Parts: sequence; C-alpha cells; structure tokens
Amino acid sequence: MPKPLIALVAAILLASGVSHFSGHIDPYYLDVVTGVGINVILAVSLNLVNGYTGQFSLGHAGFMSVGAYLSAAVTLLLGQKLFGEAGGTELQQGLLFLAALVVGGLGSAAAGLAVGIPSLRLKGDYLALVTLGFGEIIRVTFQNVESLGGALGLNGIPNYTTVFWVYSVAALAVFTVVCLVRSTYGRGFLATHDDEIASEAVGLDTTRYKIVAFVVGAFFAGVAGGLYGHFKLTITPTGFDFTKSIEIVVMVILGGMGNTPGVILAAILLTVLPEVLRSVDEYRMVLYSLLLIVLMLVRPKGLFNFDYARIFARLRGGRAPGN
Amino acid sequence: MSLPILELDKVTIRFGGLTAVDALDLTVQEGDLVGLIGPNGAGKTTVFNLVAGVYQPTSGSVRSGGVDLVGRRVNEVVEAGIARTFQNIRLFKSLSVFDNVRVACNLHRTTSAVQALVRMGGYHADEAAITRRVDELLELFHLVKYRDWPATTLPYGEQRRLEIVRCLATQPKLLLLDEPAAGMNPSEKDELMALIKRIHSEFRLSILLVEHSMKVVMGVCQRVAVLDYGEKIAEGTPAEIQRDPKVIEAYLGEPHEKGFAHH
Ligand SMILES: Nc1ncnc2c1ncn2[C@@H]1O[C@H](COP(=O)(O)OP(=O)(O)OP(=O)(O)O)[C@@H](O)[C@H]1O
Ligand SMILES: [Mg+2]
Repeated sequence: MPKPLIALVAAILLASGVSHFSGHIDPYYLDVVTGVGINVILAVSLNLVNGYTGQFSLGHAGFMSVGAYLSAAVTLLLGQKLFGEAGGTELQQGLLFLAALVVGGLGSAAAGLAVGIPSLRLKGDYLALVTLGFGEIIRVTFQNVESLGGALGLNGIPNYTTVFWVYSVAALAVFTVVCLVRSTYGRGFLATHDDEIASEAVGLDTTRYKIVAFVVGAFFAGVAGGLYGHFKLTITPTGFDFTKSIEIVVMVILGGMGNTPGVILAAILLTVLPEVLRSVDEYRMVLYSLLLIVLMLVRPKGLFNFDYARIFARLRGGRAPGN
Repeated sequence: MSLPILELDKVTIRFGGLTAVDALDLTVQEGDLVGLIGPNGAGKTTVFNLVAGVYQPTSGSVRSGGVDLVGRRVNEVVEAGIARTFQNIRLFKSLSVFDNVRVACNLHRTTSAVQALVRMGGYHADEAAITRRVDELLELFHLVKYRDWPATTLPYGEQRRLEIVRCLATQPKLLLLDEPAAGMNPSEKDELMALIKRIHSEFRLSILLVEHSMKVVMGVCQRVAVLDYGEKIAEGTPAEIQRDPKVIEAYLGEPHEKGFAHH
C-alpha cells in the first residue's frame, strides 16, 4: 500500500482510538478539540484554493453552510423515517451520518462548480467578489426559507459528531491536499499560482486547475459544515456569515499560503487562542485584525512559512539573487 | 514536401488604431531554423503571441501542419506541438528547477488526477518515468547541479536555459524563442548558439528565433525575415538580409541603433 495511504489509515485508527476514550475527557476540552479539528479541515481545504492555487476565495463559510444544512436535512428527515423513535443502532447512525456528510460535501462541491465555472474563467480578481456575493446570497436564502428554520435556523440536529469523525475527515483533507500538490499533476496548482501565462505556455489548463481546487475546497468545506451542525446541534444562517470566511482566510494567511503544516498550526492556534482569551471574547475580531496587520508587516509570507529560497542561499553561503 | 509546421497567411492584428502586425506571410517548414528580426516595437513578440494563442488575429490565418490554430487556447496550441519562451523570463518562482521542468511534463502524463490522489494504477511508474525524463533533460543541458534550487535563484543565463528546457519537456515540434540572448555576455551568447544548434539537430526541432543580437541570428539561422512596423520588409539568407538596403534603413532609422551597428 502506498505510504500516504498508510498514514491516512493510521490517522483514522488513531482518531477512532482517541474517540473511544472521549468519555474520560472533560467535555469542555472535547469541544475545543472538536472545534480545532473542524477548523483544520476548513483551513487546509481553503489553502488549496487561496494558498497553493492563488485564487482568493471569500466563500468558505458559504460552502460550509450548504454542507451543514444539507447534511442536517438528511439526518433529520431520514433519521426519523428510518429509525423512528427508537433512534437506531450505533452502526445505523454512523452510516446515516456518513451518508449525510457525503451529501453535504457533494452538494457543496456542486455549488462550488456553479460558482467557480463562470468566475474562474475570467482573468483577474473576480473570485473574491463573486464568492463574497455567494456567501451573502446563501445566508439570505437560508434566512428566508421557512422550511429550513428561517432566521432561527435548524434545531434538534442529532449529536453524531465525534473526535473520530472530525479527525478522520481532517486526515482525509490533509491527505488529499498533500497528495495532490506533490504529484506532477498537482504541481500545476502552484504553477497556476505563480504565473498563469507561463502555465498555459507549458500546456496547463489553468482554468481547470482553478476549478478543481475550488471544487475540492468546497467539498471539504461542506463536510466540515456537516460536522459542525452535528456538533453544535443547532445551525443558524448567521453562523456562516462573512466573518467566518474571514476567520478561515486568516488561518491560511497566518499559516503561510501554500504551506499545509503551517496552516494546520495556525488553525489550532486561532481556535485555541479565543478560548484562552475567553474573558475578552468580544475583542476576538479586534485580535484577528491586529494579528493580520502585524503579520502583514512582520511576516508577509506567514507566521509559519519560511523563505526557503533565502535559507537555501544562506546555506550555500550566498544571497539569493531572486530576492 | 509535407505541410509547413507553421504558416501565417496575411495575418493582421490591430490594437485600437495601431496595426501591430500587418498582412504578414511567414512559413516555417519542418526542420527550419528561421530568424525573425526587426527594430524595437516592430511586432515580433506580437507574432509569437498570435501563434501561441494569446492574441487572436484581426484577420488572416495561422496554421500548423494544415490545422488552423486560430481560436485555440494557449494550452491547446502547446498540445499541437508549439512551445514558446518569453522575452522576460517567466519561471515558476515557488517551484524548484526540477519541478519547473516536471510541471511541463503534464501534457504527456499517462495517469489521471484521481490516480495521483490514491497513488495507484500505474501512478508510481508514471511519476518515475517523468522523473527520469526530467533528470535526463537537466543532465543534457547541464542544469543537474541546480536541480533542487528554487528556479529564480539561478544565475541569469541558466534561467534562460531552464526556460528552454522547460519548453522541451512539452515535446514540441516547433520552438518559438523570444530574445534568448537578451542580457547575455559574449561567451554566454556563444553557449546559447551552440545550444540552439544542438536542439535543432538533436531534437529535430523547427525553430523560430526572435533576436536582437545579430551575432546570434546570423550565426545560427538558415533564413531570416525582417519586420518593420508590423510589415515584413525582407526575407532571405543572413547574407542577403545584411546587404538589403531596406533592412539597413529600417535599423538606421531607429533612434537607439540597437542591433546592426553594434555586433
Ligand atoms: N496588448 C497590446 N495592446 C496594445 N498594443 C500592443 C499590445 N501588444 C503589443 N502592442 C504594440 O504592438 C507593437 C509591437 O510590439 P511587440 O512587443 O510585438 O514588439 P517587438 O518587435 O517584440 O519589440 P521588442 O524588440 O522591443 O521586443 C508595439 O507598438 C506595442 O506597443
Ligand atoms: Mg518583443
């Protein structure tokens, strides 16, 4: 079996093991750990779009909400029908949840395709605007559809999300992004990021690369949304607004665009930090803004990203001429 | 004789009021090494952009092997076997030397993106074959010692060479080189001339070369076409071109006298 696949299976087994003992973990910490995992999925998948491929999307929370509502609809509607009042066995619930997450992910990916095809064909920074608009449209739509709970959102979502589910999906997201990006095929994402004209001049279909990155990103955002819904048990349209998208973008920038380990660290840091600063929670957005400004000034390539070119040159005992 | 590898037929492009290329006829046969020269702003790079699919001609046709290229996207022109370099080097700055060439092997990849993900179904064999091909190219063009360097940290001349090697990885039939000698010193120019001759013979490539350095153009080209204000004013062997009064006038009329006088 290929090495990355072994790592993926190992990670899932580990998650399942930890999940098994989650009864012994303080529920508060468990919540934090779950929240961290969901944000890792969101940040790592957005990093494929904003980092590796260099397309600035502001719609990740929008895709997340598509997945959250779809998967909640699946478990709420089908759960009743299939299991009745008894609630079903653990295995039945697990399978239903898996189906719900897949539906949420695919629905979100379809939305990604619908948004991505028209906007990514255009050259220039249309994507930020279009995804911003998309996020708002989705939010307003959910707010006004009464069957989806309107502004109050959906309640009574079954409590299916566990450490196992969250970290298995996180491992899958990391696996997907890393395997793609390291392959000859996936080097095309980075080439597209660096120089679209040169990429096309070596035969790469940059539009296709951008759409693939965007759709894969949307898929994982949708699955993360499903996990979020079955973790919080209540979802409201405002929970997926613009500030949530910004939060994820900040993780990607802080981690260093196109640096998966860095982005994972940033997702952990930015999820735990507000918990640590719980007493000043209302200043969270202020903190984010400050961090972003300081970061832009001090480490324009990300907190955890290092200028490999310069380090390389220094190791050789010279200065990198490219810089 | 087989159909020309490149055939421009009355190609015109206008940018607003400016006619950058005016009813240009130009033919490159298989195996040709043709020079395209002209003063600054004559329209040479625009010709490349027209062939490469960056611009669409206002009128006229561009064909390769009898196939119409007009309307094709840039990457589709590369698929048709035409690769180009850029006047201002455009390497992928976040990729290593190796990866700059590797990414250009995507056209001839045999496995899909999904196989890249699950790493099965011949993925490893395909990647190994690509790695071998890239290493061979780097070896052949003396770039092996820079293999893992970030591409833009290479010395200038090597960056030019790498861009050419990256083109070769797409396995083209026709290579369009836009001022490959720009910024090179005399000994680098000699190396470049040897390189062009070598690609031409060893890879059996047809080459269209845009170049200001007369030393290089006259040293390697079998035939030279001269553009001035978008129009072709002369075409012939290097010797004929150097004697052509219209060509001399076009160059002398140029304020900076780049080219002819200085080489
Ligand atoms: N996209 C464009 N829009 C408007 N004008 C353009 C465009 N591209 C090229 N031109 C104009 O077309 C003319 C020819 O330019 P081109 O770059 O082809 O010249 P060149 O022969 O390559 O010159 P040089 O030797 O300086 O590279 C110039 O006047 C240029 O300003
Ligand atoms: Mg030019």
